[in-house]
Amino acid sequence: MTPVLLHGHETWTWLTTSPLFGITVTIAAYALGRVLHERTGSPVVQPVLVAIVAIVVVLKVCGISYAHYLVGGSYVDFWLGPATVALALPLHHEWHLVRRAAAPVLTGVLAGALVSVTTAIVVTNLAGGSRVLQLTMAPKAATTPVSLALSAQIGGIPALTAVLTIIAGITGAICGPWILDRIGVRDLRARGIAMGSVSHGIGTARALTESRTEGAFSALCMGLTAVATSVLVPLLILVL
Amino acid sequence: MSNAPVLKGLLALLTCQLGGEILVRLSGVHFPGPVVGMLLFLVVLRVCKPAETSGLVTAPSLLLRHLHLLFIPAGVGIVVYLGTIRDNAWPLAAGLWISWLAGFVATALTASALMRFLRDHP
Repeated sequence: MTPVLLHGHETWTWLTTSPLFGITVTIAAYALGRVLHERTGSPVVQPVLVAIVAIVVVLKVCGISYAHYLVGGSYVDFWLGPATVALALPLHHEWHLVRRAAAPVLTGVLAGALVSVTTAIVVTNLAGGSRVLQLTMAPKAATTPVSLALSAQIGGIPALTAVLTIIAGITGAICGPWILDRIGVRDLRARGIAMGSVSHGIGTARALTESRTEGAFSALCMGLTAVATSVLVPLLILVL
Repeated sequence: MSNAPVLKGLLALLTCQLGGEILVRLSGVHFPGPVVGMLLFLVVLRVCKPAETSGLVTAPSLLLRHLHLLFIPAGVGIVVYLGTIRDNAWPLAAGLWISWLAGFVATALTASALMRFLRDHP
């Protein structure tokens, strides 16, 4: 019929195994999430949530495995490491505020990490979750690169920990400010401490939209929680 | 603006992470390398006190501005665990959200009580 032969199968195989696919889909989904977030102005429409749902739908519809997606996705994922190092920047910028509020910041972070890790293990256990699930849940309040590394170290399921961490972040971005209003916490520094300590980077991005001070304290506490969780998780799993 | 400052900043971030990863492995301590890298980078920033236009500020700012993008590939991992999540929906949902709420409220109340205490007792 047509003199031009379309190499559909070869092209599809190349497309689904090339890093270009995963990278492009990730950035496109993120861009879509940001556009929807700006258009709707709703805190429920978190760009990261929209992007994850969009990519999962694309993978399911096209029958592409997560491993194939990661051929490209891992190029994006790699930068979480340097981004964790980059968290030193807000720490450095807010050093003067931090020094004056050192006691509430450190106590808040410590209380948050203790309660987060303890209740994660105990509640998952009480609800009938296996030991592996408890260990997977334990580091979820720390920022993803840290929770993922901790989960791998203590015998959890790292990828599931990453997912739980991201949901914890999205929960903070959606419900955090509303809960803070209900329990009467109006001090911007205290609000930031709570957002960063329990909802890491995703909560911090939301805190920054509320006020600069809240965002700064959230960024700071996200960094400190990473350290506190890294120290507390290996210790607490010995006794819980 | 030239690209050189951003390159310098990226190199600093990667070097700090590399240093952190190597330190963690050499010492045999179970601790995430990037967190050690963050502490190393904080020391670099405190010592160098870079200007806002320096790559030591612009490169990390660039990464932090699109922090959400970097979480996406890990989050898509949910696709592999849809079955596990369905089978363990109750312990996962309870463990995640009850613990999240407890940690959040505990942190907020502790921090705000201490802020008030410090304001009233300077």
